[in-house]
Amino acid sequence: MIRITTPLKKEEIVKLKAGEEVFLSGIIYTARDQAHKKSIPFDLEGVVIYYCAPTRTMPGQIIGACGPTTSRRMDNFTPSLLKAGLSGMIGKGNRSKEVVDAIKKQKAVYFLAYAGCGALINKYVKNKKLIAYPELGPEAIYALEVKDFPLIVAIDSQGRNIYKNGV
Amino acid sequence: MRVINAEKIRDLIADACIKANTVLPSDVLAALKKAYALEKTALSRKLVEAIIENAGVAKKKGLAICQDTGLPALFVEIGQDVKINGNLEQALQKGVEQGYRKGYFRDSIVKDPLSRGRSGFTPAVIHYEIKPGDKLKIVVLPKGFGCENKSALKMFNPTADIKQIKDFVVEIVKKAGPDACPPYVIGVGIGGTAEFACLLAKKALLNKVTGHRSLVTKLEEKILNEINKLNIGVMGLGGKTTAIGVNILTYPTHIAGLPVAVSISCHALRRASIII
Repeated sequence: MIRITTPLKKEEIVKLKAGEEVFLSGIIYTARDQAHKKSIPFDLEGVVIYYCAPTRTMPGQIIGACGPTTSRRMDNFTPSLLKAGLSGMIGKGNRSKEVVDAIKKQKAVYFLAYAGCGALINKYVKNKKLIAYPELGPEAIYALEVKDFPLIVAIDSQGRNIYKNGV
Repeated sequence: MRVINAEKIRDLIADACIKANTVLPSDVLAALKKAYALEKTALSRKLVEAIIENAGVAKKKGLAICQDTGLPALFVEIGQDVKINGNLEQALQKGVEQGYRKGYFRDSIVKDPLSRGRSGFTPAVIHYEIKPGDKLKIVVLPKGFGCENKSALKMFNPTADIKQIKDFVVEIVKKAGPDACPPYVIGVGIGGTAEFACLLAKKALLNKVTGHRSLVTKLEEKILNEINKLNIGVMGLGGKTTAIGVNILTYPTHIAGLPVAVSISCHALRRASIII
């Protein structure tokens, strides 16, 4: 099993191959539809975005259920973010050709998290901090500190796509 | 007339919302276990295992099975001999609000579809039906929008054959591909009017995934077999299980038409019911 840490470095990203399972640790940022529509208000170099809007947090807990949402809805916004330095994305489902091309061009990576397993993923989140857009409620941008978050490389920096085998 | 207090309905709906979002129904769990046995690759097995483990964690910790706790749909069957003491609609909406707040679920509902705005827990979408008798039956279906976005309706010609219907359903699943959390449960509504076919498709998801019904059983099985040849697989990574069930509901229709609607559910098909 491969262990990687954020911020992601290009030399590590290029080693990852579609289909490989990895454990990710470090800080990742939640952002989905509305945050993408507004803008991601920080430097994106080395950053990993997690397409996720968690449930509310029970008292004494760090976060609620926090699985991935469908990545395709963010496709229109993604190429420009990759151009601005975004290194990785975590979500579920396939991406558009434009996103695959941009991932390849910018040497980035797209991961899958276990889809529909938000309760299970809860335990990999060690800390949560609000970064931007609290008015978006669950869709606000949070910095999540994760430890050994299990992911699958879906689209690698050479544009290889796990879904070509399956679909 | 049997009198039922609205407050009682509110509290029971709150509990049903919590149960629906934290306890995966036993028929869905059984179908997933069957899928585990069918899958051959280590990765597919691991992913089904994760889904089953997720259901276990949710139940144990009282966490939502999925962070998308849906736009809850309520299917209400009111016995015509029931008299509700109080405001039923308000009791149902308050019950959902109360349950979702207490369960620390997600406030995913925006008040306006165009201007969006800040999201909250309600309103739920409520479907009412009047039935004979003096019971009140309500099913809560907190379906997420990843799969709701893949819904489809097609108005066929009345001369269309079964194969065309089958191909349409399979095509819709193919289009959903890996995006909506497979393995899926497919609800199909055939007949009625356009909006009624959509309602039937969603209501079909309320039936047990493992228990097929008589008239359309063969078609359900045929469609399920075709879907499982698509090789979309668990979480879209290939394999034998693209769907764990196909449920069809039918209704009489017009001589000029044949509406067919498809409602796709993700693997976390959540529902809970109450009978008062």
